[in-house]
Amino acid sequence: MSELMRVATSRRGFMGLGAAGLAAAVAGSPAQAAKVATKAKIVIIGAGAAGTAIANRLADRLDGAEITLVDGRKQHLYQPGLSLVAAGLKPAGYVTSQTTDWLPSGVSLVAERAAAIDPEAKTVSTEGGQVLAYDYLIVAPGLVLDYDAIEGFSLDMVGQNGIGSLYAGPDYAAKTWQAAQKFTEEGGVGLVMRPETEMKCAGAPLKHAFLVDDIANRGVGSGKYEMHYAAPQGSLFGVPIVAEKVRMLFQDRGIETHMQHTLKSVDPGRKRATFEKKTGDEVSLVELPYDYLHVIPPQRAPEVIRESGLSWGDKWVDQGWVECDPQTMRHRRYPEIFALGDVAGVPKGKTAASVKFQVPVVEDHLVAAIEGKEGTATYDGYTSCPLITRVGRAMLIEFDYKNNLVPSFPGVIAPMEELWISWLMKEIALKATYNAMLRGKA
Amino acid sequence: MNELTLETMIAVFEEMFGRGLFWVMVAVAVVITVAYIYVLVRDRAMSMRKFLWAQLSMPFGAIAAVLFVQAITDSGFRDIGGPVDLIVLLGVAALGAGGLSILVYTAQSLLRGKETS
Repeated sequence: MSELMRVATSRRGFMGLGAAGLAAAVAGSPAQAAKVATKAKIVIIGAGAAGTAIANRLADRLDGAEITLVDGRKQHLYQPGLSLVAAGLKPAGYVTSQTTDWLPSGVSLVAERAAAIDPEAKTVSTEGGQVLAYDYLIVAPGLVLDYDAIEGFSLDMVGQNGIGSLYAGPDYAAKTWQAAQKFTEEGGVGLVMRPETEMKCAGAPLKHAFLVDDIANRGVGSGKYEMHYAAPQGSLFGVPIVAEKVRMLFQDRGIETHMQHTLKSVDPGRKRATFEKKTGDEVSLVELPYDYLHVIPPQRAPEVIRESGLSWGDKWVDQGWVECDPQTMRHRRYPEIFALGDVAGVPKGKTAASVKFQVPVVEDHLVAAIEGKEGTATYDGYTSCPLITRVGRAMLIEFDYKNNLVPSFPGVIAPMEELWISWLMKEIALKATYNAMLRGKA
Repeated sequence: MNELTLETMIAVFEEMFGRGLFWVMVAVAVVITVAYIYVLVRDRAMSMRKFLWAQLSMPFGAIAAVLFVQAITDSGFRDIGGPVDLIVLLGVAALGAGGLSILVYTAQSLLRGKETS
């Protein structure tokens, strides 16, 4: 009896919370400031995670602003889901939606690619020949995958002859699983690599290696396959404490590492990948055999950015990321320009989690500028990575510019522990949180 | 997370289930809870007979809830990795047990009416 009553009490308590939530939702957030009236012209290049989220937040904060999104792509991609698609855990459709599904009313979409930016004249030209003048510009076009940099490789190979590349999009991620699945059933040598440039979600190649290893282990079984991981860097992850943990996990799983190895070419006929290996000042070529190869190409800022004079002149010169202040995301030479997401020239920060924390900062500084004030919000480099270590477990790793771990749930969810709860978050809560972020609600 | 407010939580839940389904689920939970309180107030007593059935249903509710969560997340018991995972597992089981027992008790009370004996 007392047990039932206790459950009933707690359930009522829970429902009371729900009722309070309903009341709050109906009343609207009390913290919401009054809208700022302005005639400012704001152009946002890119309708990905960053562009869509900032468009929604600005539409919420500003009254009368002319907000224009420029993006030629009709499909919106939930990119954090690509790892799951490439492991056969979700269908390709899991990551796709329409760009227009997420746009608020009052924001106009120019469904064309941006062709040129003139930061002096403050205009953006599109491929269709439209010229858009702006008072404020937010550049969030994402990045480009430079597959041409890998000799002998082309995207039409993905899915055949043991070649995968999940970064290329949902269909390629699904084809990647076709190739990976064959390997997990038949065994052989699996080879996962990462590029030498900055990249989207540096945890993704590790996740893919862990997932394919786990599925092969449950499939063809240990002893029938080998997993190898090659990276141009000297360590497995940019954050030293995480790199050490991954090194131990790789050792535990028997995943062999090839550090200081940069992929240069692929010979699909002979199933050999050629790497440039650095030992001190010496550079040599090394051939590694594979039955399954996962390719992640070098990544760079889109040409429109590199040709606009917005890139760093002394950093990442081969990659062209936007020269912005790492704390405010504001361009260092053109204060009316902000960068968000993958294209921003900040260390780390090419993840949806970074976007979630960068967007409110840009919103604060942009709205303050419109009001003739100085913004106060800062971005400390926060990013997070639910680092999947097998189907069913992940480590929730959160860190900042200084390589400090910054756990959201200290004492509850241990950052360096392989946990089921972190996997549950990745599988259930992450996409919902991402979608809420797109709508400017999280 | 920078701001885990109630509004954010509601937005996330709406995205998780779809706005319609989420509020339908909230409404169903509210209706069952209200009905449960109604029969308790109406009967002015707990019926031990109905409560016995409610108690017997609890393990089924607990197991069903755990298996449901595992099925929709491609995971299993072998993935329990730390204390917090056990707490989550027991929490899911407790929710399933409590929810089903309240449902069973309320359904019996509403269908069979007040016991006269």
